[in-house]
Amino acid sequence: MASDQSPEFKVIGTRPVRPDGVDKVTGRAKYGADYTLPGMLHGKVLRSPHAHARIRSIDVARALRLPGVKAIVTGADFPEVKGVMAQVGELIVNTHYLSLNVMARDKALYDGHAVAAGAATSKHIAEEALELIEVDYEALPPVMTAEEAMRPDAPVLLEELRTRLMAHRTDPGALEGPDRASNVPGHIRFERGDLDAGFRAADYVVEREFTTATVHQGYIEPQNALAVYDADEHLTIYCSTQGSFNVRTLTASVLAMSEGKIRVVPAEIGGGFGGKTTVYLEPVAALLAKKSGRPVKMVMTRAEVLRATGPTSGIKAKVKIGARRDGKITAAEVWLAYEAGAFPGSPFAPGAMCTLAPYIIENLRIDSYDVVVNRPKVAAYRAPGSPASAFACECVLDELAEKCRLDPIEFRMRNAAHEGAPQPAGPAFKKIGFAETLAAIRDSDHYRTPLNGPFRGRGVASGFWFNGGLQSSAIVNIHGDGSVSVVTGSVDIGGTRAAQAMIVAETLGIAVDEVRPVVADTDAIGHTDVTGGSRTALATGMAVYEASRDARDQLIGRAAKIWDKKPDEVVFEQGVFRPVDGSAPSLNLRQLAGRLARTGGPVVGRATVNAGAVGAVGNAFATVCIDVEVDPDTAKVRILRCTIAQDVGRALHPAYVEGQLQGAVAQGVGWALNEEYFYDQKGTLRNFGLLDYRMPTCLDLPMIETIMVEVPNPNHPLGVRGVGEVGIVPPMAAVASAIYRAVGVRMAELPMSAPRLLKAIIENRVTTFDAQATAAK
Amino acid sequence: MKLEGAGLTRVRPFVLMATVVIPALLRKLTNGQDRVTASGRNLGQVVADLERQFPGLREHLVEDDELKPSVAVSIDGEMGMAGVLEPVRENSEIFFIPAIGGG
Repeated sequence: MASDQSPEFKVIGTRPVRPDGVDKVTGRAKYGADYTLPGMLHGKVLRSPHAHARIRSIDVARALRLPGVKAIVTGADFPEVKGVMAQVGELIVNTHYLSLNVMARDKALYDGHAVAAGAATSKHIAEEALELIEVDYEALPPVMTAEEAMRPDAPVLLEELRTRLMAHRTDPGALEGPDRASNVPGHIRFERGDLDAGFRAADYVVEREFTTATVHQGYIEPQNALAVYDADEHLTIYCSTQGSFNVRTLTASVLAMSEGKIRVVPAEIGGGFGGKTTVYLEPVAALLAKKSGRPVKMVMTRAEVLRATGPTSGIKAKVKIGARRDGKITAAEVWLAYEAGAFPGSPFAPGAMCTLAPYIIENLRIDSYDVVVNRPKVAAYRAPGSPASAFACECVLDELAEKCRLDPIEFRMRNAAHEGAPQPAGPAFKKIGFAETLAAIRDSDHYRTPLNGPFRGRGVASGFWFNGGLQSSAIVNIHGDGSVSVVTGSVDIGGTRAAQAMIVAETLGIAVDEVRPVVADTDAIGHTDVTGGSRTALATGMAVYEASRDARDQLIGRAAKIWDKKPDEVVFEQGVFRPVDGSAPSLNLRQLAGRLARTGGPVVGRATVNAGAVGAVGNAFATVCIDVEVDPDTAKVRILRCTIAQDVGRALHPAYVEGQLQGAVAQGVGWALNEEYFYDQKGTLRNFGLLDYRMPTCLDLPMIETIMVEVPNPNHPLGVRGVGEVGIVPPMAAVASAIYRAVGVRMAELPMSAPRLLKAIIENRVTTFDAQATAAK
Repeated sequence: MKLEGAGLTRVRPFVLMATVVIPALLRKLTNGQDRVTASGRNLGQVVADLERQFPGLREHLVEDDELKPSVAVSIDGEMGMAGVLEPVRENSEIFFIPAIGGG
């Protein structure tokens, strides 16, 4: 357990400057909106003002007559796409619904749903053209929450939907219950043991209900796309995405094109957090480009990002957990309903798979439902599904710990999952470091330092998330001067280019600044799944490691050729190649690279990996401790101190790992205290700007302290675990517990904003609050 | 076991028996059993044997002769991506679980 560099490595564990850093801080880095092409048009999208409406007709004639307008598209211009489910990297996509989300056909299903788009010689003309498009809507009653949507008399969003078993979340059809239309397309259950017996064995049972809000990833860079057709009908798309191969596949599906006719060039990305793993503008820009015969660029406004791209689900949760006096959990029953937005596909399955995963519970039942509502179709957001369900269950665990008169860490420690323990879905964990994260917080300076003062409280919570596996490709090119480039298809969000360069440098025994990492487009590298699921440093890192070893083995062969030896008579150590028998002077990489042309030509190391399904290659756990202070007059919550301990396996670049942990906690705090979508009674989003959709800034947070627990991942050659997501899971419950200890109110609804907390304090007439207020005076 | 006839000697494939943990909502198709045994050298063969024993189970797991995109499988703790071609060993433990994605 350490964050210091392991003596077995020279490069891994150090903190070199990221290769993309200078370009980013000097403004030279090229983001999607920076791309321009000769003759380029600007495209804009007309969006529904209704949360739920039938589209009777769309008349674009007046818009087309506006000078400068070159093309208009509506749903009628899109091919009808058969509703097949496709696995696209980590996504499970119903291509029919994807197409309907990109452009509405006969129904608008949320405020902001695209209903038409236009391309013109300027952005302003395009915007003016949208005002001339006449859409005849028949407004329908909106259904805005999971609870409303699950009522038998609720208006139905999609007539073809039926409730299905397992995780058939995007696949309409009847398998459960009566054959009637439903807003609940998916239901899963995990069950083991004897629930009744478990609760009978409990000394304490806590049963609570929780609600969480729709929240957005809040990436700084809006979605964008520039589409251009070549004369031979090949389409090139420049865009901001977490997965260029996803964009290719999904665009091909929506436009009924061959993937081979599409090249996707990933630009630098200004954040994604899961929100850029699907397509919105790309097929629209492509269709406008095809129709106009000119390149078309589209860039969303912030309002469009909030109204029409995928946030993550708000949920309703019901949790009942029992425990003995000694702190042993005897039974748990959890009911979860995830709002999917307008089309099936919420993270209701991973939410169920993750909640309570850190604990060994013999008697367990978790039901989770996918529910469509008149909100934008949700997208992935950092550990999708887990933060909301963890908030509910971790809050109940905190309450049980109190009833058992146990320290909340000790309570968790007595139930902590370890290697061999069953996950909620059934399979057993391999080597994991959950208990180590608890111990790290328990032993931290933060936890051992008493928190004094009125209206102050400390909370602790834990969380679980999977590590993505999936597919990656990598190429390692040895240049003539001994420098190296490493080419992958993984978009770099969190410093993964630096991590890849470090793996190559470590394997080939060279300095990290001699390795240039490159992110290639979809024509230039083998298939690579998204930068998401905490998988890039992990799985693409595996491909880079294998490609480096492939290059190294080829280099050994070249050295052997020079020395007239067999490859096994040459060794590579300390960055040099030498004959085992010492019959010739050793060669370093620079010396050997200069002789490649005469020993067989270029050396290119290659590797492709399929690291298995998400969850196959590793698991991540984190525990967070947060101190808060509640303003006694306004109930505004201030974060005083925050520490996260996370099992990172092995930190390739500790600074960037720390950055991931800090960023995840910061987002979790925003989710806990401020962030939520406000819809009015008509289902219209009222806070579609970042002034009103309030994310935490650096002024809202202290420096987040990080403890990197290193329990090497047995499934990775370097012991790496995915680190990008799990840190967002515990903060909400930790803040809730801290607030309870500060003012005596157990909050059950997110966000715990000042108005909501003040209302709760007043309604509960908390005696401790009054007492503290009196004491403070 | 050797089967002989028409001058040919064939070796019957060794039948591997795996334990399959049935997803909770599908247990009504297995008479409430949460664990059943099924034979096969790969997942596709195991599912075929499940269908023989418990008609109706296959359509929840397999579509167009491939594991449904929304379903993942854990065999002895390993979650591969070979779908119905995932190899199954003697006494393997198989879980069908939801396929998931991250952010």
